[in-house]
Amino acid sequence: MAVRKRSYRGYSGDLTPMWSRFLIVTRYAFKTVFSSKFLTAFFVCCFFYPLGCAVAIYLNQNLRVLALLNIPAMFDVDGRFFFHFLNVQLVLAFVITALVGPGLVSSDLANNALPLYLCRPFSHAHYVFGKMMVLVTLLSLITWIPGLILFLIQASLAGVGWLTANLWMAGAIFLSSGVQILVLCLLSLALSAWIKRKLAAGAALLGVFFFGAGLGQAINASLSTRSGSLLNIGELMASVEITLFRVYSETPVPSDMAWLALLTVCVFCLLLLERKVRAYEVVKG
Amino acid sequence: MTPVIELDGLSVRFGARDILKDLRASMSGRTIGLLGPNGAGKSTLINTLLGFHRPSKGTARVLGHDIQRETMQIRRLTGYMPESDSFIAQMTAVKFVQMMAELSGLPSEAALERAHEALFYVGLGEARYRKLGTYSLGMKQLAKLAQAVAHGPKLLILDEPTNGLDPPARQRMIRLVREMRDSGELHILICSHLLRDVEETCEEVLILKEGQKVHYSNLEEERRANRRFVELETFGGENGLAQAVEDLGCECALTGAHRMKMVVPESFAIRDLYRLAAERNVQIRRLNFRRDSLEDIFLKAMEGANGRP
Repeated sequence: MAVRKRSYRGYSGDLTPMWSRFLIVTRYAFKTVFSSKFLTAFFVCCFFYPLGCAVAIYLNQNLRVLALLNIPAMFDVDGRFFFHFLNVQLVLAFVITALVGPGLVSSDLANNALPLYLCRPFSHAHYVFGKMMVLVTLLSLITWIPGLILFLIQASLAGVGWLTANLWMAGAIFLSSGVQILVLCLLSLALSAWIKRKLAAGAALLGVFFFGAGLGQAINASLSTRSGSLLNIGELMASVEITLFRVYSETPVPSDMAWLALLTVCVFCLLLLERKVRAYEVVKG
Repeated sequence: MTPVIELDGLSVRFGARDILKDLRASMSGRTIGLLGPNGAGKSTLINTLLGFHRPSKGTARVLGHDIQRETMQIRRLTGYMPESDSFIAQMTAVKFVQMMAELSGLPSEAALERAHEALFYVGLGEARYRKLGTYSLGMKQLAKLAQAVAHGPKLLILDEPTNGLDPPARQRMIRLVREMRDSGELHILICSHLLRDVEETCEEVLILKEGQKVHYSNLEEERRANRRFVELETFGGENGLAQAVEDLGCECALTGAHRMKMVVPESFAIRDLYRLAAERNVQIRRLNFRRDSLEDIFLKAMEGANGRP
């Protein structure tokens, strides 16, 4: 199909491997995300706290500074430190999810673009995974990746003894962030696919967290029970995090119940995505 | 030669409703028309061929690939232009077509090059950096065509390609379809309820009604086999004229005062009619010459289907 000749010509060149095609969706979605100056600025701001923590860890291990302040240590770098670090970063992760997630699938559904994606050698699992990778990458960059970097900085300054005694914390940082990223990604994508309008899907995501928390509290108060907390996704995630970081003896929701409830949320979101991410919706009757 | 599309007892059911019922056909034409009234199952058939719907019974093959077991191979070989508006409003046309070509497996550089070429080919070269949301309906149709051909498919599926187009835009679309057909590089399946579009572009036609095949034919053969009619309005001596044309092998019937209708053989030339009339001093006041059109074929098929138990 030469531009000058303007006649139809087939394509006989190389093809990319099929497994890698989900990354095309991710790449184009990233371009859209970073076309917003506000979002780019906010994303950059998300690195300020990890940067501050890195400086604090360095100063905490700097004998000259400690001597100057005349204290043995400014703070302990332990499970509680990383627990608080992740809590701050996960709040930012939630804001990024609320800004980016609702527009990922809804824009394609609103424009009826799914038949164009799915009429190609590209499955709806590729599509969902590609869209999910956008959030997974963004959230990973501000949660477990800086968390593990801080852990390595502390290990390099404190020595091998500290590293071997606290290796479980690296696992806790990764697993705790991973679970919360997965829940946030699936929830925002499922709501985006279900509601098909970016603003409404964003509002619904906030509603799931805040309305769920309010409803859970109301049930707990009126029925004198703790079962209402199962509706509070924030408390479910906090319970998993507390267990993994071994910071408190009590959790808002029993740990096994929290895991099970989060798994249920994930399965429900996947089912919703399976149903909504289709080339054409079939009306049976 | 491998048929382009083979329907082998294909049935599709949504809930309790049978949408496609036991379709059987083998189509090998360069351009195939899929005709039928609204709700006949044309779009469902296309969606089933692309693997969007699962058959409840039977199967089909596209370019020799089974639609249930080899969906990805079929999708690699096909380009699809859907009926409804399908695009990404915030994207420029060139980025949109490039992304679609990449999703079909082309490397990024090749996809960009072919996106430019495809947009020039369909006539959107000057507007390729504009966002799709700002396009007119006709331009959106052309952008949809560009994304369907950018990766160089072997089978192009066009679902109502001239929907909502004004006459010049429709002509342009028909010309593009003909050009692609004549390039010999790909097969085209056109789904339309506009008989003229199909008549102008297709070699074969499959007519559906209520999910069932009511007619399948090669249009060229059909045209050759169809009878030619002449309707005449004359003044003076029409009985003699009728006898003379019957002697030349025509079937002739007087349909009223000074009116006659003839079925003429292929070898019959209209100028012979004028000659016979002049010899008999008969004035020809009106002459209407026509052969069975796709409309006749379509209407006959619909009547046949209505009469079916």
